[in-house]
Amino acid sequence: MSESATNDPNGARAHARAQGGVSIETMPVFPPSAADHWPEGVEPESAVWAETVGAGNYTALAVAAGTVIELTDLEGDACAHLALFNSLQTDERLNVADTVKVQWQAYLAAGHLLLSDRGRVLATILADTSEHHDTFAGTSTRRVNEARYGSGSAHGGSPAGLELLTLAAAKFGLEPRDLPPTVTLFQGVFVEPTGALTFTGSAGAGATVRLRAELPLIVLLANVPHPLDPRPEYTSSPLRIRAWAGSPATGADSDTPEAARAYANTIAYSNLRGI
Amino acid sequence: MSLTATATVVSDDTVERRGPWSKLLTAGQSLTIVDLHGNQAVDFLVYDAHDTAIRYSAQQTMARQGNIFLTTGSTLLANTGDALMTIVEDEVGRHDTIGGACSKESNSLRYGAHTVHEHACVENFLAEGARWGLGKRDLVSNVNFYMNVPVEPDGVLGIVDGISAPGLSLTLRADRDVIVLVSNCPQINNPCNGFDPTPVRMVVTA
Repeated sequence: MSESATNDPNGARAHARAQGGVSIETMPVFPPSAADHWPEGVEPESAVWAETVGAGNYTALAVAAGTVIELTDLEGDACAHLALFNSLQTDERLNVADTVKVQWQAYLAAGHLLLSDRGRVLATILADTSEHHDTFAGTSTRRVNEARYGSGSAHGGSPAGLELLTLAAAKFGLEPRDLPPTVTLFQGVFVEPTGALTFTGSAGAGATVRLRAELPLIVLLANVPHPLDPRPEYTSSPLRIRAWAGSPATGADSDTPEAARAYANTIAYSNLRGI
Repeated sequence: MSLTATATVVSDDTVERRGPWSKLLTAGQSLTIVDLHGNQAVDFLVYDAHDTAIRYSAQQTMARQGNIFLTTGSTLLANTGDALMTIVEDEVGRHDTIGGACSKESNSLRYGAHTVHEHACVENFLAEGARWGLGKRDLVSNVNFYMNVPVEPDGVLGIVDGISAPGLSLTLRADRDVIVLVSNCPQINNPCNGFDPTPVRMVVTA
């Protein structure tokens, strides 16, 4: 950065402008097509978002139906706490209970749907090399992080997921009461026969999850440690996001009756609504 | 049901089959829920009476106790981590908080579009919640008392035959002033109510 005095507006402006063009790992990239690490086969013109979310940080995105979002756990300690909303009516949102109950399955993997409370598909898990996810324990709170790490606020060194999701929600005019139970990607739990939850950690560096938005979505994502992570230190690492334009499901490739009905509901809603 | 001799009965209601119920409990009061006829799912939500943005969190509750099942000693935590109510007595042994409430919409996925016009727990929650200013945004994953939802090692889970029996009860203590919202589950397409929804009893004591 060039030296410039900041004791008058001209100098302050020069000082500010001299900071442009800095590139760090944890930032959004504009235009997205200028970013690296696009998956093979993604055309530059379809690239719609590129961002790396740092440890203990968050992002909030509005995405069109059909958008494919690929998340990558770069170093093995990312943990994506996700809240999803239908952007056209935000009281329709991720329903974790319906997601596991309707699909008769607790452990998310490729082919699973993230369902709303209206019997519709918000997103499809297209691909998943992690298979270390969690639908039970949710995200962290300020209270627990203060007890465990000494701080849980967004401005401290160990932000809680709920604090960050509250800020992310506010970027779309949403309030704490709008935040539903979340799904957690890249850090898993296992349910013992006794009902006990065992933390299974991550699949290691480089794991990816690819999601497709089946409706226009608001995606809130906090990258903070899993609440059952036993490590005494607040352990978190960057999460890479690449998103490109695509088309939502036609329903033709559903392999369960529940998924087929969920896609049919979603497609009919979209057609009726003119999406 | 064992009410202590010194307890004062504040209210004693029978919730009709398929119907809703709600109550404001002050801190220290207790709610005893009696499964009058056995295997009747009681869908249950609880809110801080003074700030309903503070509401039951199934995920905080499970994470804190490290277990998916609720029983004696389980504290129902809010999204903030605050204690709302604690189960102080349980004659059944375990209750669900992963299965959520049935809805017209989820029924359409689980059983088919022909069930869309059947009554459902979410309808009860919406109807009863409206009396307290609570709406769709306030509905979150709930407790299902007397409902049995095991998770197999391969992740397969589902609502299976219940383990309750006629007359069994549980008691919750209010850890702060709370609003309790209940749906006496009307579901007839799975075994959570033995395919025959029946009344339950709600006794509030001080």
